[in-house]
Amino acid sequence: MKFAVIVFPGSNCDYDMVNALRDVLHATADLVPATATSLAGYDAVILPGGFSYGDYLRSGAIARFAPIMAAVKAVAATGKPVVGICNGFQVLTEAGLLPGALQANRTAKFICKTSPLRIANAETQFTSAYGTTTEIALPIAHGEGNYYCDEATLAELRANHQIVFEYVDNPNGSTANIAGVMNQAGNVLGMMPHPERAVEAILGSTDGLGIFQSMLTHEEVANA
Amino acid sequence: MYLIKIYVTYKQSILDPKGEAVNDALHRLGYNNVEQVELGKYFEIKLCADDRPVETEVDEMCDQLLANVNMETYRYEITEMEAL
Repeated sequence: MKFAVIVFPGSNCDYDMVNALRDVLHATADLVPATATSLAGYDAVILPGGFSYGDYLRSGAIARFAPIMAAVKAVAATGKPVVGICNGFQVLTEAGLLPGALQANRTAKFICKTSPLRIANAETQFTSAYGTTTEIALPIAHGEGNYYCDEATLAELRANHQIVFEYVDNPNGSTANIAGVMNQAGNVLGMMPHPERAVEAILGSTDGLGIFQSMLTHEEVANA
Repeated sequence: MYLIKIYVTYKQSILDPKGEAVNDALHRLGYNNVEQVELGKYFEIKLCADDRPVETEVDEMCDQLLANVNMETYRYEITEMEAL
């Protein structure tokens, strides 16, 4: 499985992601600049964390119009996996690839800590490897991670089982404790927590591995 | 040439923790009669007229980029001005 990790000006979790994919999971991963216009040959796309374009205007608002985004939308439309972590999640909502928006944390503070999460949907291509595990803990690090959507959208998310991760102790005020959601087709995932920061024991946790292992397994099955 | 002043603010249902922080700071300064502070964004755009209605273009700019319509609303004032 060949991953593209998009590098926007101001991305800062791109190398962590490549480390997780290449060195820990032994997958193929390339850094692809936001100025590129093609994602041909890639099986999955990851929008990493950071502060794309300085997060000027709103988080993700400028990145949404980066040259690479037309290709990201095209990949999403073909059904291949697209994952946005933290700032990448903000970019995906701004781009309309995921519903809702990320607003400022309830406390007006940047929150940086490990956050316990419930796996709200274990039957996705991003969570299947967790098996019977229902709760994991991942690092969060954001100032604008407070997920917002209106009542009608929330009802849709629930009806379609699009809520993938929920905070156990909702640190930021997110609607319905939402930490991660996917699109209706189930191939685009956005989440505020950082799985790439929890892939080796030396980092303090390996709880993030399951997301990438799930994606790799899903691809193997699809290609079998 | 038009001067367009655009005000983007949060919808009522959206938390405004920055506004609340400013509200609290004004109270610390002794302005206890301050009831509420809302913190938004202000843009000034100078636009040359073309064959499209100015309002249409401004609405598009707001909907696509200047505001996130999931959580923000906008209003604007358009005035004619002399070319720069």
